[in-house]
Amino acid sequence: MIDAHELSFSVRNRRLLSGVTLGLKPGETLGLVGPNGSGKSTLLRLLAGLTRPEAGAVRLDGAPLASLPRRTVAQRVAFVAQAAETAERLTGRQVVELGRTPWLDALAPWSEADESIVDGALATVEMLDLAERQWGTLSGGERQRLHIARALAQRPDILLLDEPTNHLDIRHQLAILRLVAELPVTSVIALHDLNQARICDRIAVLHQGRLVALGPAEEVLTPDRLRAVFGVAARELTDPADGSRLLHFHAIA
Amino acid sequence: MSLAVAGSGGAGRRIGACGLALAGLAAALLAGVVIGETALPPLTVLQVLANKVLGAGYALYPVDEGIIWNYRLTRAIVAAACGAGLAVSGVVLQALLRNALADPYVLGISAGASTGAVAVTIAGLGAGLLSLSFGAFIGAVLAFGIVALLARAAGGGAGAAGAAQIVLAGIAGAQLFNALTALIIAKSANSDQARGIMFWLMGSLGGVRWPDVWLAVPVAVAGVLIVALHTRALDAFAFGSEAAASLGVPVRRVQAALIGSSALITAVMVSMVGAIGFVGLVIPHAARFLVGPRHGRLIPASAFMGAVFLILADILSRVVIPGQVLPIGVVTALVGAPAFAAILVRGGRRL
Repeated sequence: MIDAHELSFSVRNRRLLSGVTLGLKPGETLGLVGPNGSGKSTLLRLLAGLTRPEAGAVRLDGAPLASLPRRTVAQRVAFVAQAAETAERLTGRQVVELGRTPWLDALAPWSEADESIVDGALATVEMLDLAERQWGTLSGGERQRLHIARALAQRPDILLLDEPTNHLDIRHQLAILRLVAELPVTSVIALHDLNQARICDRIAVLHQGRLVALGPAEEVLTPDRLRAVFGVAARELTDPADGSRLLHFHAIA
Repeated sequence: MSLAVAGSGGAGRRIGACGLALAGLAAALLAGVVIGETALPPLTVLQVLANKVLGAGYALYPVDEGIIWNYRLTRAIVAAACGAGLAVSGVVLQALLRNALADPYVLGISAGASTGAVAVTIAGLGAGLLSLSFGAFIGAVLAFGIVALLARAAGGGAGAAGAAQIVLAGIAGAQLFNALTALIIAKSANSDQARGIMFWLMGSLGGVRWPDVWLAVPVAVAGVLIVALHTRALDAFAFGSEAAASLGVPVRRVQAALIGSSALITAVMVSMVGAIGFVGLVIPHAARFLVGPRHGRLIPASAFMGAVFLILADILSRVVIPGQVLPIGVVTALVGAPAFAAILVRGGRRL
């Protein structure tokens, strides 16, 4: 599993992350929340091994990420960035096929197994019907679903998603969150919607580059903490239909 | 074009496409040898080849034999190697820099080669010990080194900003070296030298002989093979170098190997035949239009189309004005620019 130990990172003397220590539990879905600029994307990129930490280390099953070949890492860890774009005239299916890259080489060419993994990933995000459409003709939400399918086609143990629900309509937001939560893989998912974050097994709250809370939603997302971290007033309501709790926010006057 | 349909089917179709491409290349080479100021019949050409390669004993005019074997054949082969090498370099740079405008010239390589050439031939650098080609090669490598260092100093990392930095650095480098070239010519050249060097700068296959073939062909073949081994990595750059890294591509190593190969191919080709523009830019886009963006097909298609294109451009350069040879760079631009415009309009590719 992935462990982050005392991670720090800065860009041009601006500290983006300081001393973050975080261990993932196998199979869990961890929600990453925090205001804009709190370090969510930076932490995800460090966990994916795309950037080297300034101090501290990320370990994959005890081995420092920096010491592992990229290919080995990509067979275990998949990353969905925010709004990655291309000008190439690729079809949806071709984009998802990129997910097989870490498993292919000159000695392991494209096979039937790869084909069925790609089909499965497309079906999971409900994009089979649009698979032959060109990237440029697809909507933001459709592109996002293809990116998620591409990550699934990597067959990772660990899935890192940076605000994956950003461009999605509400039905697909719920579908993607449910999908990620139910996948048998360990996932870390950066989210803005704190009510949606409740689907996660645990929630990590980042504030000014520091990890300020980690635990189940009901313990972590308290009105006091939301006021301190996000600068909003929050009240907890209960849905009379099913007794589920949700947060209602107000600006602090 | 046959390559357009290959790959969607099985291996059989791919082999068929390769066969057709090789036949097309052979036909273009034959045309390059047959067509010229004095047209030589294809039969004579084949007999010369039989004499030279298989040791057949056809009786032929020694002059014809000399023109075919030493002049036209070498020219056509070097044209093919240059075309393939420059086109594949263009594909690589466009993919890795994620810039549809990238080609070997954007990196300032040809400008550096030109400066090296005039430094040797006109300013007399190396005191007669260096040839024009060697000077051009040194200039090309030097220019690319400076451009790469500048891009690095300007913060050209692995991200999208880094891709922009190297293009900007290339433009700055090209301006600098073109200015140096103009300075050397203005300072030292007499009018005959200036005319000669301008002709070389526009690209010329006139002086090409067998030793050039033995340099151009291995470089082109090795370059295309190295790139062909990295087609999946090139595909993975579609969403940028960070996305490639998250797909398991060792980004720095691949960038160094492939951009280095492209720079070397370009330096070798430019040092031999001068600055032939447009091949590295137009051919990759034309190939993409025909076979799609995936490099497994794009690389062989570009190599083949670049080779045929430059052979045909060389033929045109020899026959357009009777009794005079046009610089091949003029032909590639005259043919390439309208073709490129047509592809842009029809393809609707977002630049």
